[in-house]
Amino acid sequence: MTLLDFRLTESNPIPLDGLPAHVGDTPLLPLRRLTSNLSAKVKVFAKAEWFNPGGSVKDRPALNIIQTAIANGDLDNGKRLLDSTSGNMGISYATFGAALGIPVTLAVPANASAERISILKALGAEIVLTDPLEGSDGAILKARELAEENPELYWYANQYNNPANWQAHYLSTGPEILVQTNATVTHFVAGLGTSGTLMGTGKYLREHLPYLKVIAFQPDASFHGLEGLKHMPTAIKPGIYDESLAGNPLEVQTEAAREMVSRLAKEEGLFVGISSGAAAVAALEVARQLDEGVVVTVFPDAGYKYLSDKNLWK
Amino acid sequence: MPVLRIPTPLRAYTNGQSTVNVTGNNVSEVLTDLTKQYPTIKPHIFNEDGALRPFVNLFVGESNIKDLQGVDTPIKEEDKVMLIPSIAGG
Ligand SMILES: Cc1ncc(COP(=O)(O)O)c(C=O)c1O
Repeated sequence: MTLLDFRLTESNPIPLDGLPAHVGDTPLLPLRRLTSNLSAKVKVFAKAEWFNPGGSVKDRPALNIIQTAIANGDLDNGKRLLDSTSGNMGISYATFGAALGIPVTLAVPANASAERISILKALGAEIVLTDPLEGSDGAILKARELAEENPELYWYANQYNNPANWQAHYLSTGPEILVQTNATVTHFVAGLGTSGTLMGTGKYLREHLPYLKVIAFQPDASFHGLEGLKHMPTAIKPGIYDESLAGNPLEVQTEAAREMVSRLAKEEGLFVGISSGAAAVAALEVARQLDEGVVVTVFPDAGYKYLSDKNLWK
Repeated sequence: MPVLRIPTPLRAYTNGQSTVNVTGNNVSEVLTDLTKQYPTIKPHIFNEDGALRPFVNLFVGESNIKDLQGVDTPIKEEDKVMLIPSIAGG
């Protein structure tokens, strides 16, 4: 159906299903102009995760973590959901927390972008800012400390170690990609934050397509500007990350990702965040080495939260 | 002497030090002194043209040098300068 096909009909029921029903089922968009130099039999696609109601891929794990916790009674007696986040996971928790009446407390590094902190406040989350010099690992340690000190007040969601994180992708992102590519996907490429996207999607697709290649990427150094991604050798390793699924990660330089962010906007009409730029760099690097194949990656969020970075789209 | 605070991901290049005493009258001079004391840190902060890499944030006290005079921002003896990493993970 296209916009022009849409007609109001008397039989359309009023939808009563709320935000959670609109998580996932995101478009799979082709990169067209950026791939014009590739073999004609090579296609590259990206999951447009900013179509989620909370604006990023993190709606999937956040919703699954919350629904699992509700089912287990973890959030009974007015307990607050507690976690550490660089921003996007917090925005998703705060979105569904507000919609479902669950109070949310987040440990966030003080150098998280101003846009992210403003959005978290707008959604009513309680924010504990942590030392910017310690980055997201400092926020993880703070959340652990708060959880240990106040077990009756908080339920610690622990996105880095909670299996409901990767299972969200196993149950949604993976099946969507299988269907949207008619099972023709040959390479799945994803960045590493908590690794939930890579682990869940990669595992599902590999089970259904045994010859599929799963490729991870990470920043090329410990000090980098790829917001949302981790340099695994120098960071606290997420409990859910299993290196054996994808083998050695590709490395993406921050400058290359930033240049790609600008090209995606100008050449593809895709106004996306920095980790999406990195995903495109990695996916195109994989695609260039193929004679034929279907490469799928994930674009985690849109560009709005990065507008305070004045040089990005110059 | 001004003090430069180093984020965890860069401490591998400062012998694990979280603060480094530096000399200089502005941000540029202070960073040059840092790279003299710890040469291996240089490519992490500066690009090949000698400009600051685009995602590197420096704060003098509470203010980002991007809102002041950039690398020409003056530094006083008692100033604390903070080099800020971007946000990683989750
Ligand atoms: C912008 C952005 N990109 C990528 C990721 C990484 O996703 P994952 O945690 O599933 O590895 C995140 C995670 O928060 C993110 O916020």
